[in-house]
Amino acid sequence: MNLFAIAWKSIRQRALASSLTALSVALGVALMVMVLVINGTVTRMFSQSATGYHLIVGAKGSPLQLVLNSIYFMDRPIENIPYRYYEQLKKNSAVVHAIPFNLGDTTEDGRFRIVGTIPEYFDVEYIPEKKFQFSQGRALTGGFEAVVGARVARAYGWSLGSEFPIAHGGNLADVHAEKFKIVGILAPTGTPNDRAVFIHFDGFYSIAGHEKPVEEARAEEEARQAGEAPIILPNAGSKTTGPLRVKAAQPGNQSQPAPAPQQAVKEVASEQKQVTAILLQMKSDTLAYLYAPRINKAPVAQAVNPIAQISRLLNDLVGNVRTMLLVLTGLIIIVSGISIFVSIYNSMADRKREIAIMRALGARRGTVFSIIVAEAVLLCVLGWIVGTALGHALVFLAAPIVEARSDVLINPWSFEREELLLLPVILVLSILVGLLPGLTAYRVDVARGLQE
Amino acid sequence: MSLILQDVKKSYREPGGTVLPILNIARFELADGEQMALLGPSGGGKTTLLNVISGITAPDSGSVTIDGVDIAKLHEVGRDRFRARKIGFVFQTFNLLPAFTALENVLVGMTFAGLGGDRGRAGHLLERVGLGHRLHHRPPQMSVGEQQRVAVARALANRPSLVLADEPTANVDASNQQNILDLIRESCREGGVSLLMVTHSLEAAGQFDRVNKLADFNHPRGQG
Repeated sequence: MNLFAIAWKSIRQRALASSLTALSVALGVALMVMVLVINGTVTRMFSQSATGYHLIVGAKGSPLQLVLNSIYFMDRPIENIPYRYYEQLKKNSAVVHAIPFNLGDTTEDGRFRIVGTIPEYFDVEYIPEKKFQFSQGRALTGGFEAVVGARVARAYGWSLGSEFPIAHGGNLADVHAEKFKIVGILAPTGTPNDRAVFIHFDGFYSIAGHEKPVEEARAEEEARQAGEAPIILPNAGSKTTGPLRVKAAQPGNQSQPAPAPQQAVKEVASEQKQVTAILLQMKSDTLAYLYAPRINKAPVAQAVNPIAQISRLLNDLVGNVRTMLLVLTGLIIIVSGISIFVSIYNSMADRKREIAIMRALGARRGTVFSIIVAEAVLLCVLGWIVGTALGHALVFLAAPIVEARSDVLINPWSFEREELLLLPVILVLSILVGLLPGLTAYRVDVARGLQE
Repeated sequence: MSLILQDVKKSYREPGGTVLPILNIARFELADGEQMALLGPSGGGKTTLLNVISGITAPDSGSVTIDGVDIAKLHEVGRDRFRARKIGFVFQTFNLLPAFTALENVLVGMTFAGLGGDRGRAGHLLERVGLGHRLHHRPPQMSVGEQQRVAVARALANRPSLVLADEPTANVDASNQQNILDLIRESCREGGVSLLMVTHSLEAAGQFDRVNKLADFNHPRGQG
């Protein structure tokens, strides 16, 4: 028998008290594990996925809202900026990739965001050295084609060839008649791209209400030519008020019961187009740094460094919450450690005889001291094992609920490196809480203990 | 000679500061393989004597030599190790560890002696004392007679040269007393182990070849 086997016997002898103390450690560890996993998820979510682009350009307003909206597909879009602005940016020699985004629409049930974009988006690394992979199909080529994120495909059971309509401006009562056909399903990226539906820019502008009314476009163009600032109008709710140049057939007869909508790609003039955001990849960080103020000086748009915005959010808000949660859970673990100390220390009064018997059988003072410390270590390690399993089980159970309620993707199998630090911390804590009871055992008077 | 006590003195300081002498033994001997009963009244210093012989308590002065080693000169760790390897103890109240099975109670003594856990020998010893069918029972599940048998097996586990028995039959029912006594004596005889039993029972002491009264050689207040 080794010391741990002897210590384990003592723990089993006091099964109820031991279970409760180990449970208190387990709950502390479980909370810590959950905080670490959530912290890891949020940090990754807000740091990795932003790093693929140097600048996000969008309508003036909250820089954070622009980043949240265009990179994380959260929050509402600010407003739109003219498509011509995108065309100008694209021509700039400092720009490697300029990806336009049109946001605001959702899937029919409002669960996932629709992103109108161009095929080039799938050629750009979404985070450094990581390019999009397709689990099925291919990238967009045009028309009413769609590429969906892995989570979207899983949520709806969609496969290649599936067709779906989209809800205008997220208004579930206003579902467009046009349907988009899935031509590609992205492999999981662990980023917000997993829960986005990408449709081709041409298809997006072929939907009624997505292009700027002709009068507004003309007025804006005239103002631009007169040297005035362009008029920026919100996209949501705008309706076409003038004739459009239509290249293909018009939608079918709406009075017919459930006919398959005849949809075709419309050619929309540039001045009628708008974009919600433009993702810019520059030739260098320095160029991005120099370029942003120039955009910000003009009245049309703002250029935002996504990493800076997210770092600020993480530090100012998430960072503080994270620190607070980590401190709280740390305190819980310390309190659990104290409960182990109290439990073992209180039991020492009843165990003087047991200690004395061991000593009479030849156990040295150091041996009985070690047995008591081993008890504390075993209880803490047991608590750590149960707590880690419990924490991950709760994360596993909570992941789909959190996703459904907040769109935050939590990998139920995620394991944070910081969790590995919990074990040595627990071991040190257990040794500390075992010291005083161990010393009590160390000091037991054998002759007196045997007579008790 | 297995055990020699020479000029051993031991006293305790009472809470009021008064010094209470317990042992004052000029000379005491026990030969190899010899079995001796030591008679004395309760509170007469019998248990203190066994504690001094086993090294649980250090004497104030004098020497306690077992197998040529004066354990009074050893530091505490040395005494603990010596006790674990050379001395077997059979207590009046058995002193088994309640959380451990009969087998584990025997094994734990081996562990503290640094001899590892020889499960085969532990099992054999328990079979020898008639508990082959109770190896995995814990003390609360056993009768007092069975518990004392486990204590006997444990005392012999490390092949000691001396077994100290402190009123080993005092808490055993009358029907089992003789069995326990026979078991201890036979086990020690078979192993060539010296046996020193302290008791206040004339009946138990009467079965030993050599019977001494503690008062005959212990003079705590210096008389005699």
